[in-house]
Amino acid sequence: MSLSREQLAMRVAQELEDGYYVNLGIGIPTLVANYVPDGMEVMLQSENGLLGMGPFPTEETIDADMINAGKQTVTAVTGASIFSSAESFAMIRGGHVDLTVLGAFEVDVEGNIASYMIPGKLIKGMGGAMDLVAGADNIIVTMTHASKHGESKLLPKCTLPLTGAACIKKVVTDLAYVEIAEGKFWLKERAPGVSVDEIVAKTAGELVVPEVVPEMTF
Amino acid sequence: MSGFDKVVGSYEEAMAGLEDGMTIIAGGFGLCGIPENLISEIKRKGCKDLTFVSNNCGVDGFGLGILLEDKQIKKMVSSYVGENKLFEEQLLAGELEVELTPQGTLAEKMRAGGAGIPAFFTATGYGTEVGKGKEVREFNGRNYILEESITGDFAIVKAWKGDRYGNLIYRHTAANFNPMAATAGKITVVEVEEIVEPGELEPSQIHTPGIYVDRLIQGTFEKRIEQRTVRQA
Repeated sequence: MSLSREQLAMRVAQELEDGYYVNLGIGIPTLVANYVPDGMEVMLQSENGLLGMGPFPTEETIDADMINAGKQTVTAVTGASIFSSAESFAMIRGGHVDLTVLGAFEVDVEGNIASYMIPGKLIKGMGGAMDLVAGADNIIVTMTHASKHGESKLLPKCTLPLTGAACIKKVVTDLAYVEIAEGKFWLKERAPGVSVDEIVAKTAGELVVPEVVPEMTF
Repeated sequence: MSGFDKVVGSYEEAMAGLEDGMTIIAGGFGLCGIPENLISEIKRKGCKDLTFVSNNCGVDGFGLGILLEDKQIKKMVSSYVGENKLFEEQLLAGELEVELTPQGTLAEKMRAGGAGIPAFFTATGYGTEVGKGKEVREFNGRNYILEESITGDFAIVKAWKGDRYGNLIYRHTAANFNPMAATAGKITVVEVEEIVEPGELEPSQIHTPGIYVDRLIQGTFEKRIEQRTVRQA
């Protein structure tokens, strides 16, 4: 069985460490916040200028001046700080954020990522994604392994315009956990019940498969 | 009052001197912390062929989106412009130009512009469409692209409190691009929720010193919410 969105988020959450400052992108990455292990503290960074993002407010505490990077109304946790966009991106571009999690359309064996633009469709913009992938050392990409039509998203070379070049080392998909090094994908784990054959069939870029591929555990 | 008094009496006075073809740097992120009344004044004034440097372009009917109604905007320099039907129409019709700029690069372009730094190197955008045609230089084994900074004929800013001397404090995440925008205008116009007397704001808590501010006005704000998300109490 391929992973659900929630299971994907749970697998990514296993990469968190106590005391991490983390930036979560929109979509599946946002769900990671729901699976922070008990007894562990992480601070969520929102690139519009909030470090220490909390849950949504109640109707009574909603405040138009308190939003996240998805423009949703949010709260701040105890110990949070709020600052300008320049300060926020100094943190991101200066490599101070410990972990960045974001979605993508495609990644390739060189660690390139395409996530913001499909030519021919309306171009909305990259927001902070180019800064995040250029500035962070520890990035996890979450996405489905293949498109709805079965086309691989793990490619020899990205076909869409890039968000960043040679910056991705870890990919968690609904089928597998894959690392990128030396111009190849390296299969590290498979989703429970998913065969290595299926992963190989749905990975277009060169994939190194070890003798034993452990199943993810939750 | 002294020569340091930045308070003007009307929105008309606040935006006096704005002309067709000018570049305006605007604070705000989505609809949060936008100078909504200054934008309304620009609509009333009717200037055309304007270039806006702003993270977003508002929504249909609010924020910078209202300036699309009479086709006052020629060009947007933004990181994300997806929330606006009229924007899409004018873009596809070739009536509007967009220069997509990574959000951190946009903030830094404003900051550097206001600080007298004409350009800077950044890794953001190297190897992408954004880096095409830009100078590349290697530092410590990594490639960076040269990005030019931005200044505007005007900057329009929203703050929470300001004293008569133009010292400003922002509220929560309504700060966003406003502090950088404030530094990068030849004429910086600020609207606030409350004007106080000099001395009422603690000097060490001021976000934007009054030296950057040319005109200050107190307004009332709708503060529309773009994505109203709540949890059960």
